[in-house]
Amino acid sequence: MPVTQTENGPVWRLRTPRARLALWAGWFALVALTVWCWQVMTRDTIWLFVLDAPQQAADIGSRMFPPRLAYIERLLWPLWDTINMATLGTLLGVVIATPIAFLAARNTSPSLLIARPIALFIIVASRSINSLIWALLLVSILGPGLLAGIIAIALRSIGFVGKLLYEAIEETEASQIEAIQATGAGGAQLLNYGYWPQIAPAFWGISVFRWDINIRESAVLGLVGAGGLGLQLQASLNVLAWPQVTTILLVILATVVFSEWVSAKVRHAII
Amino acid sequence: MTATAKAYPRRWRRPATMIPDPRWRYGLYAAILVYLVLAIGSVEVNWMRVWDGLDRGWRFVQGFLQPDFTSRWKDIRAGMIESLTMTVTSTVAGVLISVPIGIGAARNIAPRAVYYVCRGIIAASRALQEIIIAILLVAMFGFGPFAGFLTLSFATIGFLAKLLAEDIEDIDEAQAEAIRATGASWWQLVNYAVQPQVMPRLIGLSLYRFDINFRESAVIGIVGAGGIGATLNTAIDRYEYDSAGAILLIIIVVVMFAEYSSSHIRKWVQ
Repeated sequence: MPVTQTENGPVWRLRTPRARLALWAGWFALVALTVWCWQVMTRDTIWLFVLDAPQQAADIGSRMFPPRLAYIERLLWPLWDTINMATLGTLLGVVIATPIAFLAARNTSPSLLIARPIALFIIVASRSINSLIWALLLVSILGPGLLAGIIAIALRSIGFVGKLLYEAIEETEASQIEAIQATGAGGAQLLNYGYWPQIAPAFWGISVFRWDINIRESAVLGLVGAGGLGLQLQASLNVLAWPQVTTILLVILATVVFSEWVSAKVRHAII
Repeated sequence: MTATAKAYPRRWRRPATMIPDPRWRYGLYAAILVYLVLAIGSVEVNWMRVWDGLDRGWRFVQGFLQPDFTSRWKDIRAGMIESLTMTVTSTVAGVLISVPIGIGAARNIAPRAVYYVCRGIIAASRALQEIIIAILLVAMFGFGPFAGFLTLSFATIGFLAKLLAEDIEDIDEAQAEAIRATGASWWQLVNYAVQPQVMPRLIGLSLYRFDINFRESAVIGIVGAGGIGATLNTAIDRYEYDSAGAILLIIIVVVMFAEYSSSHIRKWVQ
């Protein structure tokens, strides 16, 4: 804390003048960057469309209500598909992510120079690309349907589960592992008796958490043709059937709330 | 003596880690098995189509390994500029809006009525996925990055205000009490007791949200909200997998860079 001597005695300040200047310059740069970005972004914006947005909103709002609740009947099968897509996708993702996590964790990786960077790259690549983009790709490769959705969900889950799981593996206590090793245990036994009991709660917690997120994501994957509720949403949007859109949004909302409740219960029971 | 030695188990089995009661455990296994059979049975797969697609999949892998940055560079560049500017502006706007809402949603410093209103806003923002909000906003505001900016700002509020509110609720009460004991007003309390405690985490969360907003900006373009997602969608629709691979690689690199630099800034701030 710098002190300046003045006629009325020393004055304390939190930062040195240099630090204050740097801080001020930093904030100024942020503001300037934001303003510049705003100008670049809105260069092609047609403000007429923005200005009449309240009217548009009122128009769409009046079309959306009341929701057409009878449509729920036709949503039950897509709902089942959505839940299956999320569950099977999570399952596939977890199955692939577990070995990758063991390769990525510093204490279990077979080689820090080759295997670990590759595993980390897989995790980062999978994390940076949203499941909708994976679905977009897979639909064009495998054709529309649940399979593309399941694989898209799985590919996105690998990064998430892999990252959290490898952190959990790195946090395991070495003394327990050593104790198992000292009995002459082989690799598989080491996994089963040394690592697994220590990471099991984290493993189940992460899986259920990811399942919850995947339910959210799989509800919209149909927008690009991967089946489930999103497909109905896309169909209703295309024919501008707004009362149906409202119903679908309500069903998605209910599903999301339900899955969040389930995952909170399960995680509470585990941890 | 020999009888007891014989009865002593020679083999040890590890106790179950999660569910100790075997009836529950096997019941759960059976339920999972039944579900899996039903679920996998209801997935209809057109294997002929998949077989045809494998060829295209292989072309995508090749495109990913030999990305083509040049032939669509103008589109990619325009999309990236839209995505990045959208990310910056929406993160700043979202943070500016979510700070007052986050303060209002903290039980320990906000009045009860304000608390419920702010929690309601947060719940509304968190309830629907970005892409659905983007669809509605594109319908209202027209195509282009402005709708994307609004979508991301709105989504930022739910994320940031919730975590900020939880952070404010977790502050060290002793410091707040010390400031209160000096006769400080509510504004002074927020400025001198709350702000110094939550500021490092707020900056960290904002940087984290910047990452997320960039990743989301790549997605909402699919429904017409501008950004790199629109370019990617076009590339995939044209089956130009080498351009699509280039775009995906750029996204991965930018996300990695953002994550790396934000972790550095967070260390520096805290």
